[in-house]
Amino acid sequence: MGRVTPRGMLTAPLLAAALALGGAGILFAGPAAAQGGSGAEQGTPESFGFGRAATAEEIAAWDIDIMPDGTGLPEGEGTAASGAPIYARQCAVCHGQSGEGGVADRLVGYTPETTPPFGPRYEEWRGDGPDVPYSIGNYWPYATTLFDYIRRAMPSNAPGTLEADQVYGLVAWILAENGLIGADDAMNATTLPAVEMPARDIFVPQER
Amino acid sequence: MPRKVTRRDILAGAAGAIGAATLAPAGQRVHAQDTTKSPGGPASAIGARSPHEPLARGRVTGLSSRTPLQDLHGMITPSDLHFERHHGGVPEIDPDDYRLLIHGMVERPIVLTLAELKRFPATSRICFLECSGNYPTGAGPETKPELVCGMTSTTEWTGVSLATLFREIGASSDATWFLAEGQDAAVMTRSVPMEKAWDDAMIAYAQNGEALRPSQGYPARLLLPGWEGNSNVKWLRRIELADQPFMTREETSKYTDPLADGTARQFSFVFDARSIITSPAYPDVVEPGWIELRGVAWSGRGTIAKVDVSTDGGRTWQEARLQGPVLKQAHTRFRHLWRWDGSETEIMSRATDDSGYVQPTRAALRAVRGRRARRYHLNPITAWRIQPNGQVYYREEPPWDA
Repeated sequence: MGRVTPRGMLTAPLLAAALALGGAGILFAGPAAAQGGSGAEQGTPESFGFGRAATAEEIAAWDIDIMPDGTGLPEGEGTAASGAPIYARQCAVCHGQSGEGGVADRLVGYTPETTPPFGPRYEEWRGDGPDVPYSIGNYWPYATTLFDYIRRAMPSNAPGTLEADQVYGLVAWILAENGLIGADDAMNATTLPAVEMPARDIFVPQER
Repeated sequence: MPRKVTRRDILAGAAGAIGAATLAPAGQRVHAQDTTKSPGGPASAIGARSPHEPLARGRVTGLSSRTPLQDLHGMITPSDLHFERHHGGVPEIDPDDYRLLIHGMVERPIVLTLAELKRFPATSRICFLECSGNYPTGAGPETKPELVCGMTSTTEWTGVSLATLFREIGASSDATWFLAEGQDAAVMTRSVPMEKAWDDAMIAYAQNGEALRPSQGYPARLLLPGWEGNSNVKWLRRIELADQPFMTREETSKYTDPLADGTARQFSFVFDARSIITSPAYPDVVEPGWIELRGVAWSGRGTIAKVDVSTDGGRTWQEARLQGPVLKQAHTRFRHLWRWDGSETEIMSRATDDSGYVQPTRAALRAVRGRRARRYHLNPITAWRIQPNGQVYYREEPPWDA
């Protein structure tokens, strides 16, 4: 990359880099009186050199997110049968014995006719009947999110304590109770991203 | 209403407090208490509020608390009255133990201490922060402004621009999203478009001139001006750059907006314009005569361009005066002088921002959101009903699913 001259003019390579980052305004924040700014006004060096390089081990220890394509899923496996006793012991107190909800969210509640649980099609189906509650079965677009969220944040009184096999088991139990996988289907790094969630296509990026 | 103070009153008052006012010329006394005849209290390390002004956040639950909008006067929210919304409690973080990891689609993954973070060029700005779910459902007439929309606050935030950090570590031009992760017990995660990083996102370590309050993410949080509160991840410990969103729970099953047409809006980051009259409001009781209507307006889209006020239930509107400075994505105070004739009426405000967006009525919002709307990103016009006896009430709205 280029350098900043004493007169504050950018040399061509840095200017090109600045434009690539979304416009030269990023490097040259406006007048000093303006709010905000990038903190990278003229005279900014190419690198400050603060901090240290992250090691692969450090990254692996903290990088726990799961992408929709399954990237990040660990080894291990679980079924509804292996998840059921864990659910009863650690989850049912807040989410209900059958996932019907309690002090915490409802987890189960999928009926194919009511997907999605809102909109014109839903209104027509519902008639004068009671509303169908939002649940994992009718409003969660990705099965991978279940693994990510349960592993990082559940159970809420002891988050981050479940082993991979236990999380896979809980995910399998929830998906089976929602009728989205078979009672004997095993969930693992290969099968979980392939589960088709009914709400997958109802979400659209913000337009208003 | 205070009546006119007469010389007779003053003399009578002085006579009643004669023991404390032996040195005061009786005819000049207007206070019951004379503070001028002995030294006051000493200087102190911390400036406490007057015991006569017991400010506090409203409706404090384990998960949230609200800024008492009706009790404040300026655009800045005192730090200890900033609203809260937590998902896994407030962690106690030792600043010496704090580490920020930035990795993913970057040339040089980096670990920063808090001290190293503070060495980068600083940036500062004033902006509001609002909870994504800042709307009451089922609120009755006895509802204060803080319960209508007290989960919004305005702060001067100081920290490091994300653009500075991303330039430092060589962010890939192929990266389109980044994940922000907190170190609370929820290990909160949200995906954010890279455009916001290059625009005005920052990692804030200071709030109104001092270190962040623990409930606001001490020692460092993500700040995305104008964007929904949940995406401004507190207690920030990790940022990962990628070429797609991560589809976390909070951006899929939560914080998304089901619509009447059967689709659901996702990544509804930007707050639309909103306003509310904070005085008079419930539980105020007013008297006929001149009243200065006061309120606050804000928009995540930009700067408040004008606020219109109606004192006749929405039939006619007058433009209110804005109190400067009027800053982009910041609470803006408005005022409007009005002479109340004592008859029953409704007062309300309507904000317009510099993008041309006009704050909608509840009916207009509901037409788009549908009867199964969730409590996110709602910004309808709020009305107060004034009875002939002067009592001000929140104008109830019918339930969304009615």
